[in-house]
Amino acid sequence: MARLIRTEKEVEGRFEEVWLVVEEDPLTQWPDGPLSVVGRDALRQDALERVRGEARFTADIQLPGMLHTAVLRSPHAHARVKKIDLAPALALPGVHAALAPGDAKGLEGEPGYCGAAVAAVAADTFGQARRAVAAIAVEWEVLEAVLDPHEAVRREQFTMPSSTYERGDFAKALESADVVIESTYRTSVVLHNSMETHQSVCEWVGDTLNVYISTQYIWGVRSAVAAELGIPGDKVRVVCEYMGGGFGSKNDPGEYTFVAAELAKRTGRPVRCALTRREENTAAGNRNLTIQKLTVGARSDGTIIALGGEFINGVGWSGWSAMTDGPMQMLYACDNVRTVRHGAKINMPPMKAFRAPGFVEGTFGLECLIDELAVKLELDPLELRRKNYANANDDTPYSSKNLMECYDLARKHWDRRDEVRARSTGTWKHGVGMASQIWFGGGGPPSYAWTRVSSDGRVTVVTAMQDIGTGTRTAMAQIAAEELGVSLDRVTVVLGDSARGPYATLSAGSSTTPSVGPAVRAAAADAKRQIIEIAAQRYDVEEHVLDIKDDVLTSADGNVSTTLEQLLEILENSQILGKGGRGPNPAGMSVLTFGVQVVEVAVDVETGEVRVERVAAAHDVGRIINSLGARSQVEGGIIQGIGHTLFEQRLHDPETGRILTTSLDAYRMPTIADIPEIVCEFVDKPDAHLTNLGSKGLGEPPIVPLAAAVANAIRDATGADVHELPITREEMLRALEAAKKKERRGAPAAV
Amino acid sequence: MPELSLTVNEHRYEVEAPIEMSLAHVLREVVGLTGTKIACNEGHCGACTVQVDGMPTLSCITLAHTVSGEITTIEGLRDHPLIDAFVRADAVQCGFCTPGQVVSAAALVAANPSPTIDDIRHTMAGNICRCGTYPRIEEAILHWRD
Ligand code: FES
Ligand code: FES
Repeated sequence: MARLIRTEKEVEGRFEEVWLVVEEDPLTQWPDGPLSVVGRDALRQDALERVRGEARFTADIQLPGMLHTAVLRSPHAHARVKKIDLAPALALPGVHAALAPGDAKGLEGEPGYCGAAVAAVAADTFGQARRAVAAIAVEWEVLEAVLDPHEAVRREQFTMPSSTYERGDFAKALESADVVIESTYRTSVVLHNSMETHQSVCEWVGDTLNVYISTQYIWGVRSAVAAELGIPGDKVRVVCEYMGGGFGSKNDPGEYTFVAAELAKRTGRPVRCALTRREENTAAGNRNLTIQKLTVGARSDGTIIALGGEFINGVGWSGWSAMTDGPMQMLYACDNVRTVRHGAKINMPPMKAFRAPGFVEGTFGLECLIDELAVKLELDPLELRRKNYANANDDTPYSSKNLMECYDLARKHWDRRDEVRARSTGTWKHGVGMASQIWFGGGGPPSYAWTRVSSDGRVTVVTAMQDIGTGTRTAMAQIAAEELGVSLDRVTVVLGDSARGPYATLSAGSSTTPSVGPAVRAAAADAKRQIIEIAAQRYDVEEHVLDIKDDVLTSADGNVSTTLEQLLEILENSQILGKGGRGPNPAGMSVLTFGVQVVEVAVDVETGEVRVERVAAAHDVGRIINSLGARSQVEGGIIQGIGHTLFEQRLHDPETGRILTTSLDAYRMPTIADIPEIVCEFVDKPDAHLTNLGSKGLGEPPIVPLAAAVANAIRDATGADVHELPITREEMLRALEAAKKKERRGAPAAV
Repeated sequence: MPELSLTVNEHRYEVEAPIEMSLAHVLREVVGLTGTKIACNEGHCGACTVQVDGMPTLSCITLAHTVSGEITTIEGLRDHPLIDAFVRADAVQCGFCTPGQVVSAAALVAANPSPTIDDIRHTMAGNICRCGTYPRIEEAILHWRD
């Protein structure tokens, strides 16, 4: 039965009170541990077509008569278009239409950052469109730009109201602390740089707009486009069968979709609007910079009694202020916490969610601070963390928490410290560091799935979700196979088309598997129930004695034993249809993911070069569906984290706000030559309170603790406190210099 | 438009393409082989890698009219043992970089059938994978003949 509930919904750490229609979730969870299909290694269902280059991405969509778009972008950080003349562009060969500010959502008459979209041209080829864009004559009135986040805070220029959090009495607790450490941490702007740039192809067919788009949320695109164009949602069909990475940056349609839709309308032709790599590096979103002034107060036995922080997110011209303060509020059992978070509105490109937004940055600050505390108190950093273990989230119980088990799994890696340090020779110093992880990832309702079982005993799962490269198709197939008792190769998952499947949630916030997975299981169970009803009538036995396993239906007494094909051949071309929905999240509980990473580094104290040599990760995300895919997710998160930690950094000209790192040459991302040995383990215990699966998401957790663990390993190796990301050679040498000075002043070095 | 004759995966194509068109665009838009991906279009990522006479070549910064050798794209490597090796090793997430990885790896194992980890890291460093499948690419190439 459908139920109406009022509940709190979390996406990427943002909460909203909403009304939700949810399905009942009557299925009991499967027993712990690996099952027949679930919890085991499964090869990706779509691996072959992706590897062979047959998968059709949005970038590969070529429609007859399709036009190409180029976008005019603001050369100023803040300016007003006084006059714009599209005529010279329209006069050029191959040009079919041009849009001025206001003609499509996202084309701005008063752009607030360098690179903001202003106008657009559609032409037969991209080259022609580009030449035409260059011919557009614009008269600008240059306006004052605020580029410095501190200045924005001083002016109280925010993208959303500042948020203050307080429990206990921070100031008073700090006074009674035996030790107090204050440190300021900074993280830089980093870019998603998915290999497939942001893009759409729009095509009108009758009164319906087909949108082919590289997106993490086909339903979000559908509703946003329908609202903008003033047409019903079912007149917008959104298709994304394969997409080339998003990492949080593709949760909404973006100006390119509105531009393509409008140009398609004006020209009567299909229109592609795709960002170039250079545009991708300026106007496609980013993980914003942060400045974190943090304080910890503790007793000499290591009990943390006060935590405080002032956080500035340099959000950009628009966007939200992510929960940089979240880890400080949630990770430790500290009675007195006070945080203030500002989202500075500056004339720079807007942030977009990026793999655990806020928590990656906030964990870097907090977990470095905790490590500095351990050094000061001469306590083992692992013991310090265990000592301050939180048993509730601000009085709310956890649906499940196995961070202690993660610490136990990490122990053997942590115990390598002496051995690793002993490798130090000459200017190369080796050390080990750790950091903990907390993040959301429980998903939530609604999401739906259908199943079709045909006479040959094969199963199709239909759900209008998207697989952004995380292996969702495979995980969903495993869940359906497990529930139906069929082998995995009998299950096909159809997704990626809003017109051809029921609603499913977005692929962000580590929410896809925990949101859609339970719906798929419910839909499979619905089909299984019907198969058993049919069998009970056909063989004249009670339903409850029947079960399906390994593609065979059997009765408990062994009298009935038939393959699914034999049983279902009577269906001929007809099918058994099942449907299922995602049930509610447990009321009054915090659904969170946990983990810990132990990192080994080598630092050349003469040149400042840092090498990450080994990363051991232990995460608690409830039940693991695909153990192979899960390991790939962890590795991917860690590798992206290494980029953020050691070299990725978007640079801009502080005078003009122009982005300087616009190519993949200038913006350096990890290559195969940068990867360390990676070991990953899971607690793999279902969350008993969370849905019929007990699974949480894994896309984001692995990137959360990496930077802090690296910085802490550097401290272990050299005694230097790194306070800034990325840890370039300059930053490393600065930290080493500061450590030397500290030593000269008489403070003991850590080594 | 100037005529162009190309040998791609042992097939001869007689097409027309503007003089300034890159090999990547000719392959994708004129010949219709979209397995070759374009991710940066300026020679920085390796997604567009094809082989010209067996040599890995960035097709996005190669003018189509300058190519006289035999071109091999991912479509010509669909039965290469590396394909199965990549699938088995889970060396693919979103898959946008993957065809380029396979083409580079195929050139590597043709020249050096038993590459060491260092060989792999050295030759494959020009192929960026934002999803971070590198450990599995390494594994796939190490065990490509198994
Ligand atoms: S697309 Fe050719 S190197 Fe990036
Ligand atoms: S698999 Fe996504 S970029 Fe390599």
